[in-house]
Amino acid sequence: MTTVKTYVRPMAGWWRKNPFFVWYMIREASAPLFYLYALWLLAGIVALARGPAAYASWWAIAKHPLMIVANLIVLVFAVYHTWSWFSVLPKTTPDLDVAPGTLVTGGIVAAAVACAAVLAFALGATR
Amino acid sequence: MAEPTKTIEIECLRFDPQTDTAPRYQTYKVPFTDDMSVLQGLQYIKDELDGSLTFRWSCRMAICGSCGSMIDGVPHLSCETFLRTYYPGKLRVEPLNHFPILRDLAIDQTDFVQKKLPSVKPYLIPREQKTPAQGEYLQTPAEMHKYYHYSECINCLLCYAACPQYGLDPKFTGPAAIALMHRYNSDSRDGGRAERAELANSDEGVWGCTLVGYCSEVCPKGVDPAHAVNQNKMASAVDYFLRFLRPYGGRR
Repeated sequence: MTTVKTYVRPMAGWWRKNPFFVWYMIREASAPLFYLYALWLLAGIVALARGPAAYASWWAIAKHPLMIVANLIVLVFAVYHTWSWFSVLPKTTPDLDVAPGTLVTGGIVAAAVACAAVLAFALGATR
Repeated sequence: MAEPTKTIEIECLRFDPQTDTAPRYQTYKVPFTDDMSVLQGLQYIKDELDGSLTFRWSCRMAICGSCGSMIDGVPHLSCETFLRTYYPGKLRVEPLNHFPILRDLAIDQTDFVQKKLPSVKPYLIPREQKTPAQGEYLQTPAEMHKYYHYSECINCLLCYAACPQYGLDPKFTGPAAIALMHRYNSDSRDGGRAERAELANSDEGVWGCTLVGYCSEVCPKGVDPAHAVNQNKMASAVDYFLRFLRPYGGRR
């Protein structure tokens, strides 16, 4: 068999060429933000264990306007990540007799209800 | 047929392996009617403007899977994509992404046809061997329903052109081949799942997928390859953990 000369196109910048891939990359790239946020919460628990002085200094950083802005940014990405996660849920489940749209809506509603319940409990417990 | 009153510009990727070191683009002005597909536009170019333009086609009714191409960067069958969609703008036609270009719009499908497709054993491996005298392998409509839509793949390769994981690492078995593997694994008459498991459970198998999900978006036949691949990640994980519970790690 003769070898035919072909041209292989480069992949550089592939994800910028289609909006679908941009949204995919935002979904994937947002994950490290939640890792950092979890580390920050963990630091709070460690500070709490070390005593009132350590906790007060952690709390002072937490209340800083820049930190609140950072929290809001993470929140926006978290909401998008959750939505995108439930959007691909029908691709990962076994074949079900439920319509994919129902599965997505059900997942998002369940997540929203669970978040609201946790938030209501936390507000009630700290009052 | 109505006389064409409108003209659209079709920009085609051109690559001649004998003279070109890299692809270039050439624009053609094509008169068209509202019922003309992009494929018919390419045929007009070849018949009337430039006989050297190379592209594949056969059935022109979305069943042979030959005429897949990137149209304005999106994988489509050019026979079921209409020129009117892009008018009054122009459109750019390129060969399917992630495959080597042979010439103009024709890609080299050797990797899929000779490697990926045979590797998933896309044929029935009977659960029990029967002679014709013993009768047919019977199946209920419910059992057929489990795999039927995965069997509608026409090997057009749009899903491979939509899969950045295949573009970044061509060792990945890819959407259509894994969907066909799932089609046979889900068939009540088939007993070949164990034979296909080593490839399915490898990095080149289902774990090469990062659930971009664009393959299912572009599939012209509703096969949903992303679903076929990703429900097998669960099956692959179950295989992984079950081997600790089986004597000899499940090896026979």
